[in-house]
Amino acid sequence: MCYLTTGKHLAFYGAFGTVLLLLAVTAPAAMIFGFGGAMAARSRVLPLSWLGRGYIAIVRGVPDIAFFLFFVIALDQGIEYLRHKIKCPDWDEPIRQGSDFIVCQAAKMPLGNSPQWIHEAYGFSLAVLTFAIVFGAFAANVLYGAMRAVPRAQLETAEAYGMSPRQTFWRVLVPQMWVYALPGLGNLWMVLIKATPLLFLLGVEDIVYWARDLGGAKTPRFTDYPHPDWRMWYFLALLVFYLCFTRLSEIALDRIMRRLTHGQATAGGEAQRKALT
Amino acid sequence: MTCWETVQAYGLRSLGIGERLLPRSDFTLCDQFTLIGSGMIWNVYFGFFALVSGFLLATALAVAKANPNPWLRKPAEWFIFLFRGSPLFIQFFFGYFLFLSLKSVHPFFDAFTSAWLGALVVLFFNTSAYSAEIFYGALQSIPKGDTEAADAYGLSGWHRFKRVIWPTMLRLAWPAYTNEAIFLFHATTLVFFTGFPALQQRGDALYYASYFADKTFNPFIPYPILAMYFVMLTLVIIGVFGLINRRLNKHLPQTQIRKIRLRPNLIR
Repeated sequence: MCYLTTGKHLAFYGAFGTVLLLLAVTAPAAMIFGFGGAMAARSRVLPLSWLGRGYIAIVRGVPDIAFFLFFVIALDQGIEYLRHKIKCPDWDEPIRQGSDFIVCQAAKMPLGNSPQWIHEAYGFSLAVLTFAIVFGAFAANVLYGAMRAVPRAQLETAEAYGMSPRQTFWRVLVPQMWVYALPGLGNLWMVLIKATPLLFLLGVEDIVYWARDLGGAKTPRFTDYPHPDWRMWYFLALLVFYLCFTRLSEIALDRIMRRLTHGQATAGGEAQRKALT
Repeated sequence: MTCWETVQAYGLRSLGIGERLLPRSDFTLCDQFTLIGSGMIWNVYFGFFALVSGFLLATALAVAKANPNPWLRKPAEWFIFLFRGSPLFIQFFFGYFLFLSLKSVHPFFDAFTSAWLGALVVLFFNTSAYSAEIFYGALQSIPKGDTEAADAYGLSGWHRFKRVIWPTMLRLAWPAYTNEAIFLFHATTLVFFTGFPALQQRGDALYYASYFADKTFNPFIPYPILAMYFVMLTLVIIGVFGLINRRLNKHLPQTQIRKIRLRPNLIR
């Protein structure tokens, strides 16, 4: 029993919390990005519309993992570059010197002398931002489709009542689009769950990191752990964890969908009504 | 070194042919284009073989899942759920360590611990499960008239499947299957980030791209190059699958053909 309560194991259990926290933070953040992207894509200002469409198309067209690896460095360097420009305006050496990226000490992010937890929190928030940018594009695509699925007549009626475009958007379009968006968003949620192990690639100490560390028998003769190579079993546990999580989400989404289709004039709603009688 | 010499030295580097040492400093654009392009060989290799072999298993799984006999249906359902419900990333890790422990049991599994076979097996199972679900959906939506017509012609059993059900299933499933293929190729970039070792630095495109990004600390050059290669690969896939789609729909009037729409669903 003592084996399962070592410090590293507690960190391992904590890492499951990290994954859940990531999901809890990323989902709303990605929704905000997605909503912004969809709004930009259907904007009547042409450059803004291009920006929205470009964002959706680029992120969706390129392998996702490349994006995860790219954004973490790019965001980090971007933030440091901005801080450098603001905090050290009289620095005259170039920032990129060959293979080095040099900014002044005050612009380092996080500051070199800050405690460990700030470094971890910073890494984690970079990861959240990366996830939000990538998944935001997918959410934007779903929401954009849902906005176009709202019957045209509804919007025309709103215009006929003399509503301004802004009022039409917020009072008529947005409340109605959720029914159309939910299947796509549900699908996206499943994909998001399955993307969380990529946190490992972003340098966060997540469940994959700990499973690799705990399962391994470092060197056969000199090892911290009283077992041979158990990484297989640790990853089996992770596999089961994800399967259960996916299954639970499936059930929950089913429930929500059934609640939403109840009484709707759609094929699903009709089937529900028939089943009752 | 001129660019042509670089291509000669590193063009097949990912297969272990040519210069042994990777460039260590003064990276030119040519270096990056050549090495990342060389890594694409692995991506194409994994994607192609997993797709071809997965196609067969997927058909079998889809038919099994549609079968009323629970002894066939349940295993297929569980297989599909297992591989669709868990992240591919974890599947790779689990597969690698599974093969690693099997290796100590029997030398037969030696080859499975290296990426060329082990990762291929994982990708094969994964794409089979995803494609099987697509095919199963298509099987469920085969028009009733088609099967009734087959019955009326006195076709049964294997002939009925081969002549009527299977072609119709493929026709219905093809647009979705194209997306699956594109995403399979994108997913091959995960291989060398998940336990499977890149022996003597023979890696795939993303492996080299991240190598350059690490060395130069400048992600703005290698990753766009990688993206460009993948966009090209995606266009090739769409082209090839479009040709097959046209052949599958040869007998239909041109207006009825369902266009392939790129609707990716990101990471598995």
